Amino acid sequence: MASKTKKQIGKVANWILTFVLMLVIGLPGLWVVLTAFRPNREILAKPAIWIPEKLSLDNFGKIFGYGVDQIAIPVPSYFANSLIISLTSTAIALLIGMSGGYAFARFRFKRKNGYFLALMLSRTVPGIALSLPIFMVWSRLGLIDTKMGMIIIYVALNIPFTIWLIDGFFRQIPKEMSEAAQVDGCTRWQAFWKIEFPLAKSGVASAGIFAFLTSWNEYALASQLTRSTDSKTLPVGLMDFTAQFTIDWAGMSAMAVIIIVPALILTFLVQKHLIAGLTFGGVKG
Amino acid sequence: MAEILLKDVVKNYGKLEVVHGINLFIEHNEFVVLVGPSGCGKSTTLRMIAGLEDITGGEISIGGTVVNDFAPRKRDISMVFQNYALYPHMSVRENLGFGLKIAKQPKDVIEERVNEAAVILNIEDLMDRTPAELSGGQRQRVAMGRAIVRHPQVFLFDEPLSNLDAKLRVQMRTEIKRLHQKVKTTIVYVTHDQVEAMTMADRIVVMKDGHIEQVGSPLEVFERPVDTFVASFIGSPPMNLIPGEVVMRDGRLHVAFNADQSVPVPASLADKTTEGQKVIFGFRADDLMPDGHAVPIMGEASGLRLTVDIAEPLGTETLLFCQFAGVDIQAKMYNPRMVKPGEVMDFKCALDKTHLFDAASGKSLRG
Repeated sequence: MASKTKKQIGKVANWILTFVLMLVIGLPGLWVVLTAFRPNREILAKPAIWIPEKLSLDNFGKIFGYGVDQIAIPVPSYFANSLIISLTSTAIALLIGMSGGYAFARFRFKRKNGYFLALMLSRTVPGIALSLPIFMVWSRLGLIDTKMGMIIIYVALNIPFTIWLIDGFFRQIPKEMSEAAQVDGCTRWQAFWKIEFPLAKSGVASAGIFAFLTSWNEYALASQLTRSTDSKTLPVGLMDFTAQFTIDWAGMSAMAVIIIVPALILTFLVQKHLIAGLTFGGVKG
Repeated sequence: MAEILLKDVVKNYGKLEVVHGINLFIEHNEFVVLVGPSGCGKSTTLRMIAGLEDITGGEISIGGTVVNDFAPRKRDISMVFQNYALYPHMSVRENLGFGLKIAKQPKDVIEERVNEAAVILNIEDLMDRTPAELSGGQRQRVAMGRAIVRHPQVFLFDEPLSNLDAKLRVQMRTEIKRLHQKVKTTIVYVTHDQVEAMTMADRIVVMKDGHIEQVGSPLEVFERPVDTFVASFIGSPPMNLIPGEVVMRDGRLHVAFNADQSVPVPASLADKTTEGQKVIFGFRADDLMPDGHAVPIMGEASGLRLTVDIAEPLGTETLLFCQFAGVDIQAKMYNPRMVKPGEVMDFKCALDKTHLFDAASGKSLRG
């Protein structure tokens, strides 16, 4: 009996701890979401109004240019820029990550460990430290304030990680899988797409989400290399809400929600692929 | 017809040569087992036949066609892997039908062949499960099923039983043998387990360090090993091997192990050895039995008095571990009784069944 109660107490304590931690992590997010749906009057009220009295979509209408009072911030083009830059860079990073990861996992070649280490070391340099050199090179190349410029940077940022992650997943798949498929009549290419890729799908999905979120949320480099609606992304656009003496909290929060939502949706969509461990069973572990 | 011919096949990994020009002819419908300790090149040889490894030199042909540059899928073979390599994201049915689907066979043909294989291997009830939901033995069966559905010319088995527990291994051994009798195809089977080799093979190929040591039927390899390696590798317990020197004693050639211990050279070997030659004397535990035991010894026998260190009763027989001339040897006693350690017993050695190997080269003097 005693051990049973002990177990129950442990369980409750566990829940409380989890709740507190989630509160710390989640509350600011929740506050941003709440703020996005509340009128300025309520947001700035003193003393604070904890429970919202009135929720509306006015703030969203405002930043997208509908409704009574409009803001001169081109959110739709920021949104489009963010989407184009993130999706393109993710797709490229995944393609290279898959090829690279597969090569590192399967092939023997000279200085393999050296290359791998070099890739990983490139991640130890903080992105912002590169901003000045990148700025100088990009200005020579005419890549400043272009989507292409940002895509190249994000691809470069993401490749080491996608290669590393996908390599790990391919490594888990015994090479006999592909050999069995080749004996069964597949070409190496078919064996990859029909056997190895489906088994590494969860890894590719995780790498994809990570790459997408990195590009989607990145601020520091984007803030220096983008200027106009040609290439400015959503996180950079957030700063448009700060003026010399005022900050439009309502608009900023509404835009923050717009930044958060696609990431959330994407995570939900690929969630089932994130459950790893698919390879267990086919091969005696 | 699917005979396999290996001609001077060489395999290098970088600068390291692991298979040194082996020659082997495997007949149509033959069950050949490649056996040897790990690192002897047997798996590499099998994988070269499969086309999963390039060959560095020589020639491999299957059914009369040189397949050196053929991809695995062009060789009309199938292979069972040590870890089964079932596709985890497919059901058993899909696993079995995968090869046929890739070959773009019509649906009804796939269905028919898959069902046929399922019946042969007795896995009809498992068809809708995934590999993760199968036991080791069942996975093994599915892997075999996947190999037979395509009706290939050659089956290759790469240590297929080594992941199974001992009991299941014995059972699957008979099943593979039965399968061979049913589907009648050339089989090349790799194992490090000499018992598997002995029990299953039509012909055994014993390999060591990238060379073929001996090729022969299980009994040939067992009874007439060409060297000390084969002698100690094939058969359980391994052959007793005792170094000695050929000397003349009492007007007859003897193998002397030390000043006072010696056995006469069997008559059949007398003219193949000379006085003063350093040799290794070999005999199986079965050919050293306590004197007066039920199994009569055919031909000449030599008496030895030995002290038993350890006795292992196995039921129908008892293995006796003794020291002789400073070497641990084993003898066998049928009609067992309990033997106490330290008991001194008189043994008879069946001289006609003993072997002499040259001490320097290890080669059998029987030639």
